[in-house]
Amino acid sequence: MKLLVCITHVPDTTSKISFTDDDQKFDQTGVQFIIGPYDDYALARAVELKEQSGGSITVLNVGGSETEPTIRKALAIGADEAVRVNADPTDSLFVAKQIAEHAKDSGYDLILMGRESIDFNGGMVHGMVGEMLGIPSVSPVMTLDVDGDSVKMSREIEGGKEVVEAKMPLVAGCQEPIAEWKIPNMRGIMSARTKPLNVVEPVSDEVSSTLEKYELPPAKGAVKMIDADKVSELVD
Amino acid sequence: MATLVFVESAEGKIKKTSLEAVVYAAAIGGDVIAIALGTEVDDSELAGLGNYGAIKVLKVSDDRLNQGVIQAYANVLNQAMTSMGSDILVLANSSLGTPVSARVAIKQDASLVTNVTELPDTSNGFKVKRSIYTGKAFANVELTKARKVIAIKKNAAEIKEIGGSAAVEEFSPELTDSDFEVAITGVDKATGDILLPEAEIVVSGGRGLKGPENWGMIEDLAQELEAATGCSKPVSDIGWRPHHEHVGQTGVKVSPTLYIAVGISGAIQHLAGVNSSKYIVVVNKDEEAPFFKAADYGIAGDAFDVIPKLTEALKAAR
Repeated sequence: MKLLVCITHVPDTTSKISFTDDDQKFDQTGVQFIIGPYDDYALARAVELKEQSGGSITVLNVGGSETEPTIRKALAIGADEAVRVNADPTDSLFVAKQIAEHAKDSGYDLILMGRESIDFNGGMVHGMVGEMLGIPSVSPVMTLDVDGDSVKMSREIEGGKEVVEAKMPLVAGCQEPIAEWKIPNMRGIMSARTKPLNVVEPVSDEVSSTLEKYELPPAKGAVKMIDADKVSELVD
Repeated sequence: MATLVFVESAEGKIKKTSLEAVVYAAAIGGDVIAIALGTEVDDSELAGLGNYGAIKVLKVSDDRLNQGVIQAYANVLNQAMTSMGSDILVLANSSLGTPVSARVAIKQDASLVTNVTELPDTSNGFKVKRSIYTGKAFANVELTKARKVIAIKKNAAEIKEIGGSAAVEEFSPELTDSDFEVAITGVDKATGDILLPEAEIVVSGGRGLKGPENWGMIEDLAQELEAATGCSKPVSDIGWRPHHEHVGQTGVKVSPTLYIAVGISGAIQHLAGVNSSKYIVVVNKDEEAPFFKAADYGIAGDAFDVIPKLTEALKAAR
């Protein structure tokens, strides 16, 4: 089975968010970057699928050279090779085009990614890639099992979940509890250094939106504490 | 110019977030045409969308659309946009709406933006504000393509009832078997409960509750407040509560008027799921719990003592 896992390079979930350059840029000072948590689930499931039935895993990231440590981590977790599209991921359409371009003639059975990135939270790229390639897209996917060329998934819906069945190839936007996050072991880290990481140039510069400026929410007022013996005050 | 609005329903009723989408579309200006897929909503409910600003409602009476098949839905919305001459599609962010919107945007060569929190600024171009970094910041973006698909977050538009009724018309798109090649073969859904992403009040419990057997008091309080119940990530991870109740960075993001957190310490990942709540009440016996810093009201006390008292006090106040 040939698997593609698309990963984002995003600030750690505990990061304090602030902006510089007249609110035009994210302030990276002191920020730790990680594989997007949802993408990390997708990668973990891909590694499990490969363990079960063989095949290969390619990871793809759209980003500048600063994302390479994140890509190497994905290789250490279990991907076989990596592709970095050398460009800033400016908007969803741009990123989806890069993924579709890479995937269109590569014969992937499954294209997995997180349900959304945790920086822009768009949740759009998997659907866009599916549409561009003319194959199904399913998201948010909570479980995913492969049997021959069929895929059985559970998709989260408001208040529950539904069982979705489809044939490969398809795109899935993943979330927990699809797999447990995997921590790279020493052997993985060592072998990741020599696995291929190919850098390619972007195919298009088309975007569908441009950033005007960022802003932060207004600060929250101080908490009003209420005595535990006087909860009825809260009712008023 | 007509703006198309995709409306979703639950148990025969149009969802509140979809009503907000209709109001949002009406505020953009031009005619508002709503579209509902499947046969589970009756005509009078659909005509009622006129009360929120729709002049016409398209219904697609096809039993196969009673299930949210992403590709088929995208195909229908694409055909409706073209047939109605709509440049803009508005819908509510949801587990169905968001993935569908991505495919429609590509079919229409439209700009797509999700998690929109405010009405657009059309004074110079078409600019919208969207939530980013899981509610920790906003981005103001300009949508540069002629056509636009806008997925709004809860509370992006304030519901106004204007009276009136919309004309309900049948819309018959061309659908083939290939639109249904992805099959939904089972649904496991809590019925009768208030849906978490839609709820005005949410009561959530954390590990401080010590075990699933203690959720009764959370449910009692939720019932008294007509609230939905949620939980923290550790609670859904260890299986005390189902995953669809997990509120936080990697779970459901809620924007209720009132969020009550019981026995949740307030890790930054949990706060990311609740930071667009209007009022936050925190009950925790550890007065140093970080959640108090993000709260409007705090009670430093034992949940097992405080929550039943609070429920009683609410009953008495009724």
